[in-house]
Amino acid sequence: MADQATKDLKGYSHDPGASAALVTTSTNLIEDLINWSRRSSMFYLLFGLACCGIELMQTGGPRADLDRFGSVPRATPRQSDLMIVAGTLTYKMAIRCKLLYEQMAEPKYVISMGSCANCGGLFQLSYSVVKGVDKIIPVDVYVPGCPPRPEALTEGFLRVQELIKREKLKTKMRPKKPGTGAGYDLPEVA
Amino acid sequence: MPGLTFEQIHQRLVEKFGDAVGPLSPPKKDPFCVFAAPRLGEICRFLKDDPALYFDFLEDLTATDHPKENLIRVVYHFYSYRHRHLFIAKVELDRKDPQVDSLEPLWKAANWMEREVFDLFGVTFRGHSDLRRILMPDDWVGNPLRKDYTESGGYRGISNVRDNPLDLYLNMDRQVRAEQAAAQSPEAAAPPAVAPKAEG
Amino acid sequence: MALDQLIVTKFGTDAEHEMILNMGPQHPSTHGVINFVVQADGEVMKKAVPQVGYLHRAIEKIGEIVTYPGFMPYTDRIDYLAAMFANEGYALAVEKLLGLQVPPRAQYLRAISCELNRIASHLISLGTMAMDIGAVTPFPYALRERESINDLLEALCGARLTYNYHRIGGVAFDMPEDWMPLCRKWLDHFEKILNEWDRLISFNEIFVERLAGMGTIPAEMAVNYGLVGPNLRASGVDFDLRRDEPYGAYPDFKFMIPIGTAYAGKHRGGQVGDCYDRFYCRVLECRESLLIVRQALDKFPDGEFMAKVPRKIKPEVGEAQSRIEAARGEMAYYVVSDGGERAYRVRARTGSFLAMGIIEDLSRGLMIADLVALIASLDVVAPEIDR
Repeated sequence: MADQATKDLKGYSHDPGASAALVTTSTNLIEDLINWSRRSSMFYLLFGLACCGIELMQTGGPRADLDRFGSVPRATPRQSDLMIVAGTLTYKMAIRCKLLYEQMAEPKYVISMGSCANCGGLFQLSYSVVKGVDKIIPVDVYVPGCPPRPEALTEGFLRVQELIKREKLKTKMRPKKPGTGAGYDLPEVA
Repeated sequence: MPGLTFEQIHQRLVEKFGDAVGPLSPPKKDPFCVFAAPRLGEICRFLKDDPALYFDFLEDLTATDHPKENLIRVVYHFYSYRHRHLFIAKVELDRKDPQVDSLEPLWKAANWMEREVFDLFGVTFRGHSDLRRILMPDDWVGNPLRKDYTESGGYRGISNVRDNPLDLYLNMDRQVRAEQAAAQSPEAAAPPAVAPKAEG
Repeated sequence: MALDQLIVTKFGTDAEHEMILNMGPQHPSTHGVINFVVQADGEVMKKAVPQVGYLHRAIEKIGEIVTYPGFMPYTDRIDYLAAMFANEGYALAVEKLLGLQVPPRAQYLRAISCELNRIASHLISLGTMAMDIGAVTPFPYALRERESINDLLEALCGARLTYNYHRIGGVAFDMPEDWMPLCRKWLDHFEKILNEWDRLISFNEIFVERLAGMGTIPAEMAVNYGLVGPNLRASGVDFDLRRDEPYGAYPDFKFMIPIGTAYAGKHRGGQVGDCYDRFYCRVLECRESLLIVRQALDKFPDGEFMAKVPRKIKPEVGEAQSRIEAARGEMAYYVVSDGGERAYRVRARTGSFLAMGIIEDLSRGLMIADLVALIASLDVVAPEIDR
């Protein structure tokens, strides 16, 4: 199954299945400190494409506030380390999505928000929609819903924080540079 | 509606243009009439400038594809703010090479709507200032809203199928059982795992 | 490759000091995924050409694949900020094909849900407009009020954003028992919030100066380019489908139509049809929507909330067009039926699509920051353009 899911992601070694496993790992003090500082100030890239983008805005809004977790929206990928793909990804936009993912600096995480980003959603019948954003970029947490409530997105955000809590410096996986056998020819960025 | 009715507008057009204006279709919920494609420009100019008609708002410009009759019909909806009346007209074009005059000199609203019909149906509008694709990517092949359009399997290598997760789990089950069977009885050659069924 | 063609066809020879920049498609202030290719000489633009299609999800093609009732959730996604209107337009078109009469209670429920959704949509539009200009504070104020509307509509139909509430023949659910007093309480509260909004941003000196006299669209140009809705009314054309071509329950209500009259004031260079007019017309429309909801709650009839609809909807051969006054202008649905269970062609002509066509001609000589204000004042939203 991991084979199938990453069939389109040949360049990336980041296996989504492994990081979703809830295995307790022991981290030492330095790793705890680094993980705590990383997860408590995650700046997310405003990548609201469609209806889920409005719920993303509402999640950052007054009632379900993402700012209390230390995360603020950034407009540019160079300053963000979390990419919340909120909405339907079309083929025309897919190139830009990959470009933005590559422009983010390590360590970076991706939340796929909403059913259109998870698997194409109700637009699977469409000729111009990418059936799931994980055909292009590796995803850490999938948040289902159409659109997911702000509480659901907050839960997804907390799951990403838990993933970061368990990272070990030595085994933190880094995606390989694309172009080494990637299965598609979207333009690459240096 | 204080303006003229469909019949009155149609009457006025027939008086002016004769048989370039087809008969008013039987009122299947919304009556329309068919214009002759070569004279579309002058009929529309009359629709816009005539004081009694004065259609100053091009409300909609779209097309329907009829492969059985070998036609593409371009549909125009006109509305007048001054007189508050509506009119629907159609133009029938050959499906092999659909071409018609552009209405952009009369109503600038036609600019983007004709580009959309060009993109999705393949109709060429003569006299348009900038006819290029608007909704699909620039290197897209085909006109998607035609009835005989088939997808060509993804775009630039991104595949357009996503396996049904139930199929994936079933295949995983089969694979695991086959491996267990092969482990228990190595002389019985296990059949290879079934390839996952692609769901369109 | 495509950009080269664009430069050759649209921009002509470029002088050495001009830049051709890409604004979008991922941009915090283009109201969705829209791209602008800007030819700029420093801060002043020669031209800004919009590129759309980044959210083209083939909703019209899907209309030919799914059944008539099954298409209703897709109409939500045509304009997710004002989804009730899109639902209603499609329902009206198919009801015209079927010859159905919608019961009065359903019409009132449609009107109430639509007007509440209009307020919610205008709140986002005004909040993002202020945020694009630089005033970030009004945006969370708007979001806070929008949360209350989302609560009300969630109690009514179960969803916060893409409602799928109107059905062919009526509405999906009846009003819950304790909904009406909650709604009235919120209406009283929101009236005070509108006064607070005016004090916060509408009459703010810097805001008005920034928008007055900018992006003026005369009435003739607005009609020729096909602008609809608040954009058209702000240019001085007195037309509103709710009053002039009424549908549903709107003949029972009395309300005013705000027209643009250079609200910024002559002393600040305000003109009829400038950006501030479009902004303030939307603020006034929120007030009128409050009135409509109050009147609807006062006159609310009893009865059925859904007409008798056949189990399989198979209209006879024909075509129907329906027009509604959505939050972003007039939305016209054109449904062609060939007698089967699935439509032959569904077409949704939206207000934002035509509003994009005017940006290229208006953007000559503007500064890049003014382009942002212009796009925000036209209230374009990407799914309406791309469908």
